[in-house]
This record gives sequence, C-alpha cells and structure tokens, in this order.
Amino acid sequence: MGPRSLRYSLFNLVSQTFAGNRGWTPAWRKPAPKPAYDVVIVGGGGHGLATAYYLAKQHGISNVAVVEKGYLGSGNVGRNTTIVRSNYLLPENIAFYERSLKLWEGLAQELNFNTMVSQRGVINVYHSDPQRNAYVRRGNAMRLSGADAELLSRDQVRELLPFADFDNARFPIRGALMQRRGGTVRHDAVAWGYARAADAQGVDIIENCEVTGISIEQGRVRGVQTTRGFIGAGKLGLAVAGNSSHVAALAGLRLPIESHVIQAFVSEGLKPLIDNVVTFGAGHFYVSQSDKGGLVFGGDLDGYNSYAQRGNLPVVEDVAEGACALFPNLARLRILRNWGGIIDMTMDGSPIIDKTGIGGLYFNGGWCYGGFKATPASGASFAHLIAKDEPDALIRPFRLDRFARGAILDEKGMGAQPNLH
Amino acid sequence: MRIKCPYCGERDAAEFTYLGAADLVRPDAAAKDAASAFYEYVYIRDNPAGPHAELWYHAGGCRSWLRVVRDTRTHAIASAELVKRDGTG
Ligand SMILES: Cc1cc2nc3c(=O)[nH]c(=O)nc-3n(C[C@H](O)[C@H](O)[C@H](O)COP(=O)(O)OP(=O)(O)OC[C@H]3O[C@@H](n4cnc5c(N)ncnc54)[C@H](O)[C@@H]3O)c2cc1C
Ligand SMILES: [Zn+2]
Repeated sequence: MGPRSLRYSLFNLVSQTFAGNRGWTPAWRKPAPKPAYDVVIVGGGGHGLATAYYLAKQHGISNVAVVEKGYLGSGNVGRNTTIVRSNYLLPENIAFYERSLKLWEGLAQELNFNTMVSQRGVINVYHSDPQRNAYVRRGNAMRLSGADAELLSRDQVRELLPFADFDNARFPIRGALMQRRGGTVRHDAVAWGYARAADAQGVDIIENCEVTGISIEQGRVRGVQTTRGFIGAGKLGLAVAGNSSHVAALAGLRLPIESHVIQAFVSEGLKPLIDNVVTFGAGHFYVSQSDKGGLVFGGDLDGYNSYAQRGNLPVVEDVAEGACALFPNLARLRILRNWGGIIDMTMDGSPIIDKTGIGGLYFNGGWCYGGFKATPASGASFAHLIAKDEPDALIRPFRLDRFARGAILDEKGMGAQPNLH
Repeated sequence: MRIKCPYCGERDAAEFTYLGAADLVRPDAAAKDAASAFYEYVYIRDNPAGPHAELWYHAGGCRSWLRVVRDTRTHAIASAELVKRDGTG
C-alpha cells in the first residue's frame, strides 16, 4: 500500500497553512497494474469506484483494481447534471433510490471528502388535472416506501418560483410535486472522493488502461487483456455505462441495451435565481443553478443510437423552448457550454445488476440517463453481489433475466422502446 | 444531422422519427422456440459502435419508412433507402 492521502480536517488545514502547504499528498496513487487481483472492476466511473470502495470497506476485499480506459471521471460521472432524488413510482425503484439518497446524506463524512451534497429540493411542476393525479399517485407511492414527498399548491410554487410563467396559455402552472430531500451533488467530487477513499484502502486505480478482451476458461473468468497487458482476475465486475454492450460482448454476452446520447448545458453565471431543482411538466426541460452561478440544464435524449458523446441541434432547440415556456426571463440567457454523454438505455428504462452465467463475471449497467443518483447504492449492492455471489434484496428486481421472465420494470409504461423511456 | 430521403432530398433529422435497429425479423409465433425467439426480437440488440442499419420514419415529409445506415461513432450517414414492402432494405 502506498502513502495514504493526508486526511482533510481543520487541524491539517491549519497545520499545512503554517507548513506552506507542502505536506499535502496526492488524492490517489498512480500504480502500475499488478499481474493479478482478487477482483478487477472495469470502468472508473462513479459506479466502478464506489464498488471498489465498498468491496474494501464492507467486505474486506482490498486486493482490487479499477481499470479505466481514459482518465478518472472522463465518462458520465463527470458529464451528468448532478441531480439526486428518489421520486420514482415503482416500489422496486423507490426502495433502491431511497437507499442511495440515504447514503448521499452521509457521504461527505463517510469519504472524508466534500461531495457538496445539497438537498435543495426537487420540484416537478404540473400543468393539468390528469398530471396532478399522476403526481399524487407518485407522491403516495413514495411515501408508502418511506421517501418524502409533498404536493405543493399553485401559491406554494409561486413562493418558490415567483418568476415562472403561471398563466402560460397552453401550460399554466397548477402546482407541483416536491421532494425536499432531493437535490444536487458535485459529480466530480463523487469520483474523486470514492477514488481517494478506495485508494486509501489499498485499491489500485489504473487509468489510461482499456480492457480489450476478457479471458474465460471452462466457463470461468480468468482475467482481462488490456492496453497495459494481461491482468488476472479472480472475479470481474463490469461497470462501463454507455459502453456496456461492446464490453459485455468481449465475454460473448448480448444485452437488452441501446447506447444513446443525451446532452446537457451550462449558461453564463447569474446571481442566485433558482434555489431548487425544477422540472417542466409539459416538455423536456429541467434546471438547477450551480454554486458558480451558471444554470445547469438539460432535456430529452436525442433519440437514436450513438457513441459520439455529442448530440444535434433539434434537442438544443427543444430544451430552449421548454426553458422559455417555464421561465420567460431566461430568453436572453447565453449558453456557455454544451456536451453529450453516452447512456446505456435498457429496454424497460431500469438498471441491471446481476451475475452473468459465466463464473466470476458480474454486470452493472443500464443506468440510462439517471444513474448518477444511484452511485452509492449501486456500488454497495454490486460489491455485495461480487463478494457474496448473491444479490441483496434491493437489487433482486434488477436481474438480467427479468426481460425473458416478463418481469420488466417499466417506470413509464412505454414498452421496449429505449428512446421513449 | 441530415438524412437524404430518396423522395424529399436532404432534410433535417428533426423531421424524422427513430424506431431502432432495422432487419429484425418477427419470429414465427407458432414455432417451438417462439418464447425465446420473441425475447431476442423484442429486447436484445447488437448496439454496435460503428455502422448501424436502422429505421427512420419521415413524419415531417413524405411519410415513408427509410432504412438508414449510419455510423454511431460519428453520425455520418452512408445510405438511406426506402424500406421495401417485405420490411427489408
Ligand atoms: C448529460 C447527462 C446528464 C445526466 N444527468 C443525470 C442526473 O442529473 N442525475 C442522474 O442521476 N444521472 C444523470 N445522468 C446519468 C449518469 O451520469 C450515469 O447513469 C452514470 O454516471 C453512469 O455510471 P458511471 O458513473 O459509472 O459511468 P461512467 O462515468 O461513464 O463510467 C464508465 C467508465 O467506463 C469506462 N470504460 C468504458 N469502456 C471501457 C473499457 N473497455 N475499458 C476500461 N474502461 C472502460 C469509461 O471510460 C467510463 O469512464 C446523466 C448523464 C448524462 C450523459
Ligand atoms: Zn421523405
């Protein structure tokens, strides 16, 4: 084990100030790969790093490598719009995402890293009676599963968002469903925090190392071919998000997944304007404001298979229209940056965490556009699955064979059409 | 992204609706292996990073179904043809 990263504390901050800040150590080492590990995790995104951390922390398995083809945080963990919530409808999904929300609430202390968890509240605005009914149903489902949910009247929404277009001719605002414990988390800090905490437990994080082959002998995984040579693995966990299909194909697996692109946007900096996370109920637009003042927002997926990490203009226009319909005062706002990420859309819109039928090979993916919020619970449950070879109760509904069994988890009732989820 | 419709010429992708992979063949419901064949047909996709044959509907134009071959890494479109009556390219 290499030198541990210096603990972040008031004491160390003060003593380092007097020592000219020369004693800070790197947050994680840059080790060369060892010939073999007990567990190799493919993918250094949030889910892979969290899995490695919980393997070491909860299960005492620290002879672990996380193998990442780019730099740490170069995937969706550093591209998402940072929203965390558990406002789902299906009990299986609420239970899982609520576990995650509870883990977010204690994560900064757990990791000794400021993950900037901000429970600023998620507001889903509604515009019609049927939509109100749907949100009442969802709110009740959430409360039955132990999550918090509150129905806001039009006046209560007005207090929070006085500048919204309440009397829009087509989409008047009638009220909202609010989850006060939802909010945002600094996404890069999640990657860095888990990486640092896993490294401190002895996990090797190996960047710029792409897995190009999976060795299987007699139905059991042996290791991975990588751009930095062969790495032996007692067990192998895949957590590669948008690249799930072709990494799983290295082991001969075919998945109920399409890779799609979804875009996000950041505006020029503004004074504090939007205190919460807000979603438009009549189109695809959602927004929050970062601590730097930029509005961080997004909308629907582009809607076609893509590995390009960039989208097209029709979605840009659609998102801008949604923004102006909800908040007309944004009409002259300038966009500073926009980008895309590859998301692993499953056929029912829910994730997959399971064994694979190949000994020692485990799969975690299908996070669609909503896997950031799942990071802590996904890591904890995936670590449990790998350590014990048994799913815990929370992920039993997320099994790979649910499609063949007809036990799909279709939150929106859209059918097997990924671009509609 | 623009798609070159054989009837309408090069049109913005916003005029089209995407269905997904082309060339999926609906299995025989009376076959012995119908359950597993339908599972593959409905849920399982190759999802390649590279050339992908896919179906687009020109909703904002001639209302034809097109079989488009597009590189999913770059969005470059190699071909766009009318879908034939039997559903193949
Ligand atoms: C624009 C956008 C907005 C989003 N907004 C939200 C949101 O507000 N809330 C929310 O909950 N979710 C959101 N998401 C979804 C969320 O970001 C993802 O579901 C989640 O980050 C996926 O898990 P991950 O962090 O492990 O993925 P990633 O960070 O993508 O990690 C996977 C890693 O695997 C690596 N990899 C791939 N192939 C290989 C290989 N062969 N060898 C080695 N490494 C490999 C990749 O380089 C990548 O770093 C959004 C996504 C996008 C793109
Ligand atoms: Zn046409």
